[in-house]
Amino acid sequence: METPVPHSPSAASSASLAPSLSIALSGSGGAGVMTAGTLLLEAAARAGLYGLMVRTSGPQIRGGEAAALMRFSAEPIENMDDRFDYLIAIDWLNLQRFSDEIPLDGASRVAGDPGEGEMPRAFADMGACSYPVSFKSLAKAIPGSWPNIVALGFAARLLELPAEGVEAVVRRQLGKGKAPVQASLDALQAGARAAEAMTLASRGQAPAAVAPAPRAQTRARWLLTGNEAAGYGAIRGGVRFVAAYPITPATELLEWMAPALEQVGGVLVQAEDELASINMALGASYGGVPSLTATSGPGLSLMTEALGLAVAAELPVVVVDVMRGGPSTGIPAKSEQSDISIATQGLHGDAPRLVVVPNSIEDCLVSTQWAVHLAESLQVPALVLSDQFFGQTRAVVDRPADVVFASARLTPEAVAPAAADAVPNSPKMPYRRYADTASGVSPMAVPGMPGTMYTADGLEHNERGTPSSQAADHRRQLDKRQRKLDQAPYGDRWADCEGSGDLVVITLGSATGPVREGLRRAAADGLAARLVSVRLLAPARPQDFAAATAGARRVLVVEQNHSAQFHRYLRSVYDLPGEVRSYCHPGPLPIRPAEIHQTLLQWSRA
Amino acid sequence: MTAVSEVRVPLTALNYKSDTKPIWCPGCGDFSVLQSLTKAFAALQLEPHRIGVVSGIGCSSRIPAYTDTYGFHGVHGRALAAGTGLKLARPDLTVVVTGGDGDGYSIGGNHFIHACRRNVDMTYLVMDNHVYGMTKGQPSPTTEPDWETKLAPHGTGLRVFHPLVIALAAGANFVARAFSGDPNGTADIIADAIRTPGFSFVEILSPCVTFRPEQRDWRKIVRPAPVAPTDDAVLASRRLLSDDGFNIGVLYRGDRKVYAPPIGQASLAPADLEKGFAL
Repeated sequence: METPVPHSPSAASSASLAPSLSIALSGSGGAGVMTAGTLLLEAAARAGLYGLMVRTSGPQIRGGEAAALMRFSAEPIENMDDRFDYLIAIDWLNLQRFSDEIPLDGASRVAGDPGEGEMPRAFADMGACSYPVSFKSLAKAIPGSWPNIVALGFAARLLELPAEGVEAVVRRQLGKGKAPVQASLDALQAGARAAEAMTLASRGQAPAAVAPAPRAQTRARWLLTGNEAAGYGAIRGGVRFVAAYPITPATELLEWMAPALEQVGGVLVQAEDELASINMALGASYGGVPSLTATSGPGLSLMTEALGLAVAAELPVVVVDVMRGGPSTGIPAKSEQSDISIATQGLHGDAPRLVVVPNSIEDCLVSTQWAVHLAESLQVPALVLSDQFFGQTRAVVDRPADVVFASARLTPEAVAPAAADAVPNSPKMPYRRYADTASGVSPMAVPGMPGTMYTADGLEHNERGTPSSQAADHRRQLDKRQRKLDQAPYGDRWADCEGSGDLVVITLGSATGPVREGLRRAAADGLAARLVSVRLLAPARPQDFAAATAGARRVLVVEQNHSAQFHRYLRSVYDLPGEVRSYCHPGPLPIRPAEIHQTLLQWSRA
Repeated sequence: MTAVSEVRVPLTALNYKSDTKPIWCPGCGDFSVLQSLTKAFAALQLEPHRIGVVSGIGCSSRIPAYTDTYGFHGVHGRALAAGTGLKLARPDLTVVVTGGDGDGYSIGGNHFIHACRRNVDMTYLVMDNHVYGMTKGQPSPTTEPDWETKLAPHGTGLRVFHPLVIALAAGANFVARAFSGDPNGTADIIADAIRTPGFSFVEILSPCVTFRPEQRDWRKIVRPAPVAPTDDAVLASRRLLSDDGFNIGVLYRGDRKVYAPPIGQASLAPADLEKGFAL
C-alpha cells in the first residue's frame, strides 16, 4: 500500500530540552506586527534557527488589536512555550485582551511606548518589568520608515540575529514595493540600539533569556503554514479538483491551492455555499478526478448530508476541516479541537468514514496526502482534522521525507480487462458497481468507460446499484462498507507512539506538541511516560490501540475542548486500561507544556 | 468492450434505456420525459458511456437509474452542484441534470441561480408538476397560492416562483419551456438544449396525475409559443412575465461565455511547488 521509507522519529521527539526564546509582538491593526513577525521568522530561519509564529487578532476585519506570538530555538519546535520572554508593544490598544494568550512573569520584559499610555494592568500584575521604548517616535525620526520595522530591528537584536541577514530579508520584502530601502535599514538599526539600551537598563533585574545559538544545518528546511502544507499534501496525493467556500481559518489553504492547482493541471471553483462545495467535489470525484474541499466547523455542519451520500455511493472525497472555536460562529480566528464529535459521529445512519488528524505542521502535508490515498483506495470520504493553530501558524520545519503511496482507484479494467467479444452490460455479465467483495472494495467505473454504466446512488441499493429497500441488500451493503474500512492496511501510521512506561498520555492533533514537551520535562524529572498521538481517529484500530497501551496503569487523555470529546470517543471504541483521567480545556488557549508536566508530576506523587 | 466505441451502428432511444422499471404512477408525465430524453440522445447519437445524467431527490430525480448512461442520484436539491463538478472535472462528457420543481426551485434554489450565473456547458431539465409528489402532495414553489393541502389547509397564499424569468435574470444561456404531452417536441427542445453551449435550462410541464389530476387538462391549454426565440433577455423576460405559463418552445438563446476552466493542462510537476517553501 505504501512504499517503505526509512522510519525516522520526528526530530522534535528526539530533541532535548533545548532553550528557546519567546517573543510577542503586538500593536493595533495596521501597525504591521504580522509583517514584522513574518520577517523576523524568515530572518531567524535564514540564520539557522527553528521558529514559529502564531497569529492572533481581535474580531475586527481590519484595525483592532493584533499580535504575532513567536518562539525560536536551535531545535525544532512544534508549539508555544508556557510564557513569553519579551512583549514588544508598538502601542497598547486593547492589549489587555491578549493577557490570557501572552502570559508573562517576573523574568519577562515588556518594551512599550510610555507616550501611548500605561502598560495594561494585567501585564503589570504578572510581574513583568516594563521598559520605555517608543517605536513610533523612533520611526518618526527617520522619514520614510515605519514603527514595525523599528520593532523588527529591536526583536532581531534580542534574538542576536546577524544584522546583515535581517537587512537582506527586509530588502527582499521592500523589493516587492516602492518603499525607500535606506529608511528601513536605518529603522532596523534604531530598533537594535533600543534593544541594546533596554538590555543595559535591565541589568540587575532577573536575568534575561538567552538567545538560542543556531547549529549547523544538516537537512533542508521549509518555512510554511499548516494550511499550505495540507494544500501541498493534497496535490501530492493527486487532488486535481477543489470546490470550496471561503471560511476562516481555512481560506488560506484555498488561496494557496488556487494558483498551485492551475499549475499542476487542476481546477479550483469557488462555490456558492458549502452545500455546493461538497456536492461539486462529489460530482468531480464521480467523474474520476480526486477531489477535495476545505472548510471549518460551520461549513462541515452543512456538508454532513453529502458526506453521507459519499459513504453510501462510495465516492472518494477529502474534506479538510481547519477547526476553530465553536459551536456556531464561535471564535472564528482562534483554535480549538472541538469538531472531534461531529467528525467521528456526525452523519445520520450507519456511515463509516475516515478521520485523519495531523499532529504537526509538517504532518499536515503527509496526513492530507495519506487521506487522499485512503479515500481513493477505499472509495470513502476522509476528513482531515487540522485546526487554526496548524493552519495559520507559520513555522520553520525540516523538509518532510518524501512519501509515496501507491494509490489508485480500483477500476473494472484493472480487475478484469474486457474480452474483445464481451457484450457490454449484457444481462449475462452485468457490471456490479457495488459487488460484495472480500475486501469490501469493489471496482469503480469512471464515466467514459464503455459497458460499465451505473448510477451512483444515495438510496440503498443492490450490488448493481439498483435502488433496493430489501433488508438483505441493506445488511450486505452496510457490512461491505464497514468491512472495507476495518480491513484496510493502515500500518504504523495510525498513531505516533513514543517512549515507555506504565503511564500513557493519549492525545491528538495540535495538542501533541505541548504534550511531547511536557513529557520531555517530566522525563528530566525522572518520570517515564509513553505518548500515543492518534492520527487515524476513525475507523478504530482496536488491536493497534491495545498494543500501544499494553501494560498501562495510568492513562491521561489530553485535548483542547470543553467536553472531552476525544476522551469520550476513545471510551466508545476502545477498552482503556488502568486508571483513566481526562485533561481538557477549551480554546483559544493552547495546551501548555507546563500543564502536562505538572499534571503528570502531581499524579505520579498521588 | 469495443462494440460500442468502435462499431458505429446508429443508436436508437432504446439504447439509452436501462432495464430498471420506473417507480412512477401510471399516467405520470415523467414517462414521456424519459422517452424524450432518450430520443434526444439518439438524435444526437451520443455515446451512452459519455453521458452523465445527474439528479437530486424526487419522483423525476429517479431518471438516472432509468437511463443506460452514467448516472448520479445524489441528495435533495444539490443536483446542479454535482453536475457542475462532474462537467468541470470531465469537460468531455455530456452532462444533463434532471429534477423536479421542489428539488430545483425550493431546496436547490440557490444552486439554480448560481448555475445560471456560472454558465457551465450542461443542460438542466426540470419536470415541473407544481407539487411534491414523492412525499404525497405538498405545495412547491410553483404551486398556485390557493391550492389547499393537508400541510397548507388554506393554501400557501404565496406568489409562485417564476423559474424562466429568474433563469434569464441570473444569466442562463438557453431558456425553453416544454410539455411532457408532446414527447417529440420535447425531444427536439432537449436536443437543442444539449447542443447549445453553456447552461441550458428547460422547464418541462409534466403533470402529476395522482396529486394534481386537474393537470390532465394541461394538454388542452398548452400551445406553441407564438414568437420565435430571441437573444434579447429583456424581451424574453417581458414575454414570459405576460404569458400564462403555457407557451411551449425555445424562448431565449444567448451567446454568453461558457465557464470552462482548463483542467489537465499542467505547466509544473507537483514537486516544483516545494520551491515556494524552501529556505
